[in-house]
Parts: sequence; structure tokens; C-alpha cells
Amino acid sequence: MSSSTAGRFVGQSVLRREDPRLLTGQGQFVDDVQLPGMLHCAFVRSESARGTITRVDVDAARALDGVVAVLTAADLNPHAGSMQPTLLLDAPGAPLRPLAEGDVRFVGDPIAIVVAESRYLAEDGAELVEVDIDPLPPVVDPETAADSEHIVHPELGSNVGTDMPFPRSAELEAILSDSAHVVTETFRQHRQTNVPMETRGIVASYIASTGELRAHMSTQNPHEARLAIARVTGIPSHLVQVTGRDVGGGFGQKFFTFRDELTIALAARRLGRPIKWIEDRRENLIAANHARVDIATCTFACDADGMLLGSYIDHIEDSGAYPTGATGGAGALVGMLFTGPYKAGAAAFRSRAVWTNTCGRGAYRGPWMFETVAREQLVDATARAIGLDPLEWRRRNVLRAEDQPYTMPTGLPIENVTAAETLDQAAEIIGYDAFRAEQRRAFDTEGRLLGIGIGLYVEPTAMGAMDPLGTDTALVRVAPTGKVTVLLATGAHGQGIETTMAQVVAEELGIDYDDVAIVQGDTASTPYGRGTGGSGTAVIAGSACRGASAEVRAQVIEIAAHLMEAAPDDLDIVDGVVAVKGTPTRNVAWAEVARISHMETARLPTGMSPGIEATFTYKAPPFTWSNACHICTVEVDRDTGLVTILRYVVSEDCGVMINPMVVEGQVAGGVVQGIGGTLLEHVVYDADGNPLTTTFMDYLVPTATDVPVIEYGHIETASDTPGGHKGMGEGGAIGAPPCVFNAVADALALVGVHIDRTPLGPEAILTALYPDPGT
Amino acid sequence: MHDIEVVINGERTKRRVDARKTLADFVREDCALTGTHLGCEHGVCGACTVLVDGEAVRACLMFAVQVDGGEVTTVEGLGGPDGALSPVQDAFRSEHGLQCGFCTPGFVVTVTAFLRDTPNPSETEIREALSGNICRCTGYQGIVKAVQRAAGDAP
Repeated sequence: MSSSTAGRFVGQSVLRREDPRLLTGQGQFVDDVQLPGMLHCAFVRSESARGTITRVDVDAARALDGVVAVLTAADLNPHAGSMQPTLLLDAPGAPLRPLAEGDVRFVGDPIAIVVAESRYLAEDGAELVEVDIDPLPPVVDPETAADSEHIVHPELGSNVGTDMPFPRSAELEAILSDSAHVVTETFRQHRQTNVPMETRGIVASYIASTGELRAHMSTQNPHEARLAIARVTGIPSHLVQVTGRDVGGGFGQKFFTFRDELTIALAARRLGRPIKWIEDRRENLIAANHARVDIATCTFACDADGMLLGSYIDHIEDSGAYPTGATGGAGALVGMLFTGPYKAGAAAFRSRAVWTNTCGRGAYRGPWMFETVAREQLVDATARAIGLDPLEWRRRNVLRAEDQPYTMPTGLPIENVTAAETLDQAAEIIGYDAFRAEQRRAFDTEGRLLGIGIGLYVEPTAMGAMDPLGTDTALVRVAPTGKVTVLLATGAHGQGIETTMAQVVAEELGIDYDDVAIVQGDTASTPYGRGTGGSGTAVIAGSACRGASAEVRAQVIEIAAHLMEAAPDDLDIVDGVVAVKGTPTRNVAWAEVARISHMETARLPTGMSPGIEATFTYKAPPFTWSNACHICTVEVDRDTGLVTILRYVVSEDCGVMINPMVVEGQVAGGVVQGIGGTLLEHVVYDADGNPLTTTFMDYLVPTATDVPVIEYGHIETASDTPGGHKGMGEGGAIGAPPCVFNAVADALALVGVHIDRTPLGPEAILTALYPDPGT
Repeated sequence: MHDIEVVINGERTKRRVDARKTLADFVREDCALTGTHLGCEHGVCGACTVLVDGEAVRACLMFAVQVDGGEVTTVEGLGGPDGALSPVQDAFRSEHGLQCGFCTPGFVVTVTAFLRDTPNPSETEIREALSGNICRCTGYQGIVKAVQRAAGDAP
């Protein structure tokens, strides 16, 4: 099953070429960009969750020395085109507008922009803007939003953004009512946010004489930003240039271009001066995007042996007020993927998205991951109800090699996954049976609460099913020196794309890794493409690189064959030398071929154009499935409520690994976000819609003392895509939350305590353990 | 406005600054040393960590005027000539202790001061020393290993 075929570069943990500049302070992030005449911006934002704007007085701010302009809705909104992303232009979404007009719909809703000679002065000006709002009752609770008399978006007439049913068949109804074991749980996942260490930001300048707009941005997706800026400003897209050099994390937040950045671009267009907006952390925590607010009531029906016969999930996701991209959520994907890596029988779902007067929902590393959260937590609840160990339940029901290809009850085809193999590997690494014995001993003899949890999932990556997210283009260009430049549409933000894609190209071309440069993150120099996100780079950009490299390689061999009077099929390229196979002394250097292709064109084959380069566009299959199994062990302190993770194991299959070091880094980052999300991180609103977690002292991101050492197991099963890769950037954050939850639930089950919601901080644990104060 | 005189990365400089200008903004804007990053501006994330008279401090919580007469070292001042990495920087690269790189300068400065004061740290000491800096990408796996490697490589 394993097909580890490490090449000279592919499969090697090549150290990243991005690192030296980042380690020495020579990276270039958006706030490092300075332009002549550049001004600085600060937003004035709503302090009410919902209300009518009765007065916006900007006179005092405009009068302040150093303030150049104060822009309100009247200045910008009439000039704005659509603010929806390209992918979802026609999908029903929130009525996005640059600045709040007439009313406000969440705390953080932007009302005005103060433009000044420094950020200090812009903030001074923002404090002088007087805003009066008549407050209205806000919609804060997603579970009651659908029935609320208060409507978040009056234009839409309802707080239900989408309602997608996949109805139960008569067969499923019978299974759900008549099976030997029917287990129903309602799980609640709490509000979290991406927290890239670099907040959002943009430096936008409009050159009136040429009609061009240039934007330096912190973006995962420069070409989408270009299209979005073109739409909102009305500037033709070929006159818009978006550049993102180094990007300080995103995790989905910077994939689409949000309202705030678009509004700044529009402001730059109107003002005709370069302006910079760097989001502060408070803004990022209250007004960028939130995620993960999901509620589901879900049911498993099993036979007497625990075999899954049928399932149903009724899911609600909270869209907030102004998500970017339709409702900002995963929509039907939670329901469609709910049965995951199991032989599922019959299934159905209902999926609703509701508007609330809170920060808009946005993509966060595995936006649909609640399917895994709800399913894996329900698996454990079901196993407990039946009296089976959760590992044994999974072993009985998991999809095995002989079951594939398999079609999920919702119609999605799965193949090339190794859920069963990763389950066994992770259980082996952590020593599952030995831990069960130790858990029993520790409880019986010392009263300690140890627990073990599993999160098993399959993940649809590199989704060719959703144009344009599955398509990317690579341009591979050979200079007269033989050095190679690859132009990619990606927007790297930590993945090491300049390293990994150079590994792929060098491998394909047969030249040295150091002779390949990757240019990306700039719309002026790169072909249109999907950006970086959705676990797509290895499969999609990687395949585009392979395709373009193959064409370049063929051109080089054709020239070399002509020069050497050899047959092209007899030639190979090894270490930068084109040679006759088996007769390495008959050769011509790669660099010499490149030189001749430009400088001695008379020596080229008849009819061949000078120069060597190729462009290749690759479209991925509808789904490229990766999979993983997470298992962790925890101890719950009965006195303090603190959960300590003892060990954490991830066994994953992302197909052929380009760079195992980068793969493990991506897994670790996702896992720790998932651990943090389950145990620490919680965006809190009060009943009036006021955000209470506006600093890092309130929104607790994990630190080095909060996380365990992560242990890895790899199973490499090639996908059917050109390099055999599968996407893997998001998976860690998908598997970790239910894994940790299940471990805590397992520990608490020792004392008969049941949990059904997150977060699982000390207060929640103590409340679960001791529901009556004083006992 | 106030006149201050500071030695930054070994070079003496005289500047005129606003009383309210933070050390972080002074370093970034007045001195064009943009390796010092701002992740929270309220003293929690540690991205802006610099050395002031040898001590690791949060540059977002100090004013530039407070370093008058003092010595400041930023991440730009830690490496060797012509782009050579310091042992700490090199260890971060070898152990994949960074991804997006935004928090990295703060970690590098923090760890440089920590290993100077604690040359042979235990893993617990390392994690506690790192706990004032937030990284959102790596899950700290490579960072902890990088500190261990840098400690082992130290003469």
C-alpha cells in the first residue's frame, strides 16, 4: 500500500528557502511597505450590535491637524460595486456595503474612515468622530435566530440565510425508529477565530493619470483580491495590481478579500493618494471573521453488533452579520460529509445558516469540520451506549481498502483512503490497550480521571468540483543562463511554497534545486489562479508545475537531440546535463541548451521558436481524498478542572509527500489550533451582542506550555493526480477538536459525567463535575 | 517632541520623537528596522520583542523616549555579516521552527536572551521561556526543538 518513492528532491525534507529572510527581519510584510506621500487610516466602528444611526459628526475630526480626510457612507457607498467574492457572486448573501449606512448590524461594523498623516493622528481623529445610535434588540443566539421577531438584514426579510434539506427516506425513517441501538445527541461548538499573527492590512494607491490601482496586501489569494478590487472600484482588472510578499498567516481569513480591505481600496480610488490600513488586534478579534459556531442534533442507528445502519444530522451554523462569501459557512458540506470514513447505510441531513448581529463567519482551516466534530463525538457516545470500546466500534464500521471505491449515502465518491490503516497505526503508536489498563488502574487505585479519544476522518481536498478553486496555472521559464523561474498564482502564507514547488520543478526537470526560483504573490507577474487555501497547493499548483516542467523538459530534449544528432527518446536529463542514456559522455549541458535557444537560434531545430518556456493549466478531479486518525490521551484534574494532554498521535495519509518536514509542520499547526479551540479559545458575546474577548488576555491562544509533543505516523497512498499528492493543510484542525473532546468525555465517563459542548476550560469541566454549587 | 540618543544594533543614532511614540514604532518607522513586528500592541504576543540593554522587552509597551541613552538590539542585529544566521536563527531553520515567519523575530530575540542566561535549559524551562510569545503556525513543535538544538550547539 505504501509507495514511498523519494526522489532527489521530492520526498526530501529540504530546508526552506523562505527562512533566512524571515529569521533575520528581512521579510516584507504589508506593514513594511512605505510609499511616497502615503497616508494612514483608522476605522470608526459601531459599538452597538444593532441600531439606527441618528448622527455621524465628523467636523471635529476633519478639523484636527494632520487629518486629511474623514470618509463616511455617503462618500464611498454610492461608488461601490459588488463586494462578494468571485466564487459566490451569484449566491444569496448578506447585503455588503463599504460603510454602515442608516443602521449598524454588529459591534465592529465600520462607520467611517479617518485618513491622516500617521496612524497616531488617524486614531486621534477617530476618537473625535461622534456617532449616535438608537439601539435595537440584537439577534445573538443562533439557535433562536430563525424564530426571532428581530431581523438582522431587513433587505432579506428572514434570519435564515440558507436551508438545505436532504430528506429522510421511508427506509431511513424505519432504520432510525426500529434499530437495536438508536443514539441521539445535540452537540454545540463554540465561537472561535483564525488569529493570524499578522493582522489584515492593505496599502492601496491609485494613479489617476493612468487609471491604475496598486495594492500591497496581506492575502492568501492575490488574483481574487485583484478581481474583487476591480469590481468594487470599477477599475478594469488589468489596471489593478495586487502584491503580497510575505503573509503572516491566514488560515482562511485572507482567502477571500474582505469588506474592510475593499473599502480601503475604494477609499484610495476616491482620494487619489496612497493609503495604508493595518488592522489592530482588537479589530481582528471583533471584526475580521469568526468561525466554528455550529449546533447539531444528530442520530446514529446501529444493529445489535454496533454496525451503523443509518444516520441523520440537523445542523445550524451561525453566519454572523456580514460574512464574505454567501453565508460564510460550509453549508451542505457538513451534512454531505457527516458519515465520513464509515460504511454508513442510509443517511439524510438538514443544514441551515442563520444571520445574527455578530461578526461575520469566515473560512477557518477546514470550514466544514463540524461534520467530523459531530460524527466522531457521536461515535463515542454511541459506542458507550452500546457498551463497545470506541476503537472497536470504529474498527467494525470503518471503510477498508476492499470497500473502495465507496459512495457516501449523500452521493460523494470516496477512493484511495486509508482510514482503517491510520486507525490501526495511531492505536499502535499510542499503545491503546496498555493505556486502557493504566486508565482503569489510575481510577481504581488513585481516583484519577484519565481518558483517551479518537478523531478519524476523510477530507475532500483540492476541490476541482468547485470552479475556480480546483484550477491553477504554472509558467516555467528558462533564462539564457539555464536558470529557471516559475510563476505561480499562489499566495503563500507559511506553507513554504517557494521551497516545495521548486522541489517539484527541479525533480521534473532534472536540474538542481538551487537553479529554480519561484515567483508568486503578485498579479502583475503571474498567471491567474486560485490562491493558497483549501488544502490545494500540492495537488493543484504541484500538478501545474509538473505539466509545465514536462513541456519544458521536452523542449530541452528536442534541442539537445538536434544538437547531438540523437533520438529524443534516447536522452535523459540528470543533474543539469542532457545525455544519451547509457552513454553519459555523449552530452550537452542544460545551460548550454538554454544559451543556444536564445543566442544561437540558427542551431535550433527547423521551425522552433527561440527561448524555452511553457505554461500549463491543471484542473484537479472533483475530490482528492486525504485522511487521518488522531488519538490523544488526557488527564482531567478533579480539583482544578484543568485538562492536560498527555500524548498526541496523528497518523495521516496525504499521499506522496513533497517535503515531510513541511507536512509535519502543517499537521502540528492544525492540531494545536484544534487543541486551543477545544480547551482555551472562545470568542464571547454578552446578551446585548457586545464582544467580551477583545485582547489576547481574553482570547486565549495556546502557548508552548499548553501543547504536547505531537507524534506522527505516515501512510503514503498515492492519489490519482500527477504527483500522487493529497491535500493536507487543513486536516490537523479538523481531527483535533473531536479527538480532544472524546478524550475528555472518556475521562469524565469514569464518574458518569456527560458532556456535549465546547469549550472545555476549567470552568466548564468543574461545572460538569459539580453541577450543584457547594457539592 | 524629545531628542533621544540610542545605540541600535551597535550604531549610535540621534532622533527627535513624539513622547507617545512606542519603541516598536520608533524602531520600525524612524529607524527602518521592520523586522520587529506588531502582533497585538498590548504586550501579550511577544512578536515585538527586542533587547534593551540586553534584556528582552516588548517594544510595544515601551516608549522610544525610555531608551534614551540606552542600547537596543533588534532581530536585524543578531545575525553575522553578509546574511549569516546566528546559532539560534540557524536552529530555527533546521528544526522548522517557523512557517509564516511573522512571530519569528520575537521568538529569535527571546530565545537569544534566554539561552545567554540559561545555557543548558530543561524542556520545561524552554517551554516556560517561550510562553510569552505566541506562534499560530507551528504548534511550537519545531520551536522547542530549535531551542534545544541551539542550546546543544552553543559553545
